[in-house]
Amino acid sequence: MIRLSRTHEWWRRVLNVLALTLTGVCALLVMAPVFIILIYLVTNGIRSVNLEFLTSLPKPPGEPGGGLANAIVGSFYMVGLALVLSLPIGVGAGVYLAEFGQSRYAHLIRFVADVLNGMPSIVIGVSVWALLVVPMRTFSALAGGVALAFIMIPMITRTTEEMVRAVPNALREASLGLGATYARTMWSVVLPAARGGIVTGVMLALARVFGEAAPLLFTALGNRFWNLYLDRPMASLPTQIYEYAKSPYEDWHRQAWAAALLLIVVVLILNIVARVSTRERFRALR
Amino acid sequence: MNETTTGDPTAPKVRTHNRAATFWSDRLFRAAAVACASVVVLLVLFFAYELWRSSELSIRTFGWRFWISRDWDPVRERFGALPFIWGTLVTSVAALIIAVPLSLGTAIFIAEVAPRWLRQPVSFVVELLAAIPSVVYGLWGVFVMVPWLREHVQVPLSQRFGHIPLFAGPAFGVSMMAAILVLSVMIIPYITAVSREVILAVPQAQREASYGLGATKWETIRRVVLRYARVGILGAIILGYGRAVGETMAVTMVIGNRPEITTSLLQPGYTLASVIANEFTEATSPLYLSSLTELGLLLFIITLVINALARLLVWQVSRGEVQR
Repeated sequence: MIRLSRTHEWWRRVLNVLALTLTGVCALLVMAPVFIILIYLVTNGIRSVNLEFLTSLPKPPGEPGGGLANAIVGSFYMVGLALVLSLPIGVGAGVYLAEFGQSRYAHLIRFVADVLNGMPSIVIGVSVWALLVVPMRTFSALAGGVALAFIMIPMITRTTEEMVRAVPNALREASLGLGATYARTMWSVVLPAARGGIVTGVMLALARVFGEAAPLLFTALGNRFWNLYLDRPMASLPTQIYEYAKSPYEDWHRQAWAAALLLIVVVLILNIVARVSTRERFRALR
Repeated sequence: MNETTTGDPTAPKVRTHNRAATFWSDRLFRAAAVACASVVVLLVLFFAYELWRSSELSIRTFGWRFWISRDWDPVRERFGALPFIWGTLVTSVAALIIAVPLSLGTAIFIAEVAPRWLRQPVSFVVELLAAIPSVVYGLWGVFVMVPWLREHVQVPLSQRFGHIPLFAGPAFGVSMMAAILVLSVMIIPYITAVSREVILAVPQAQREASYGLGATKWETIRRVVLRYARVGILGAIILGYGRAVGETMAVTMVIGNRPEITTSLLQPGYTLASVIANEFTEATSPLYLSSLTELGLLLFIITLVINALARLLVWQVSRGEVQR
């Protein structure tokens, strides 16, 4: 046996306390930016979120006043479009991975979906520009929606897979045992059982694309006026924040803060609701 | 979702007919699922094809010289990728150096140190860091962090250490340094979340064995838990690196956007992602546009490789294929 000296023992204990405290300090340092940024957003943005900001169009450059009503509507419009485009494909792919997911092809798809989740959104923006903007000869809300949909598809795929997989097999067996076809079982038993989880995943995907500016810069471009047509440029909150922050006008900076506050409120609501509902679901499963 | 109406269960039908319906609806269902799944793979191929197609002009004009040339002169139509590769490399690696210790510390705190009631809230706040949109980081960075940095960090640094190349030149505020700081904050949640998962996946028996030998908690974490989880943690770090390489809006807003190769952290720089974001809509000539898309192609390839590598590492660990 090695006899350890008393000072050595003492040092080990001190080091233990020091190192464990240091991890706590790390956690505090990491959490700090969240609160700092939120405080700045609220203090700088709250004064400017008023009726004019929410309901009127942007004024010409340099003129104070005006609002971002078109960008607010544009953001929801394109995110909604992305949802419509990506939901069926993402859920379908997720169901495939969960139900037929042992083949080599399924492993490849899972892998590609994960790789796509890490793909920079600006790359997706450039690709969609080449696909839609160049042939249509115009920036458009459609291109913006498609770019956002491409970001959402792999995210929805992976969460749907997890949620469908989590549905107990007994449910499937009961349904099949009653004579239902496999498709009927999926449609009427498994998917409804997984619905809550899928909705959660979709909400997180929506929260992510709602704040995306990079894929919209040269697909939807932005617009100073109202537009609800698919084939015309459309404004959105994230791109508008970028434009206003770059501009030299004091009043546009003020509006950029207000838009950022609005953006973060939507994103936070989606995140918090999604997480609270997942937690309850997992508690129910236990 | 696709579903045939032939298999209506409320109307009893002849048995043989039902069988046929079963056959067809199931086949159709499966085919639809496969088709949806294939879209995911097609997406990657489509991105690669579109990027390749649009950058063909630039590839034909400059060839391999594009990668090593440091010219970026839209007026004379001479383009080279080196300043952006340099800027991307410097900012992402430096951000990683800052982010990794903080992320690992936080992951250890959440998984091993914190009392149980504290784990969920801390994880949640860290995940919020990932939920904040990039453009919001950029806005905060350019109006709050950059002025502060210039006043309190860069001016003193350049006065005292200006002779060192790392801190040479006047203090601009918008700089590589600003981009590095914003990037490190932005990748911390990704590295933390994956590391935490990997650390939690370390079997409890490993820890108990270590405690049984008389190790302290820290010794157990350092020598047993981190050692056991190291491949997964490496995966987490590479995953975070991929994020840092592709991060666009926040970097564009604080890096200063100047296509020069500089060793000074106080000087403005440029990255692959930020030059695309900043110049794409202004690019007028076909060659200019094509050069920008070639930068996009490069970014695509780099992040593809990084993410594939990270995924393979993380998967290996979570499947338990790596036994150490």
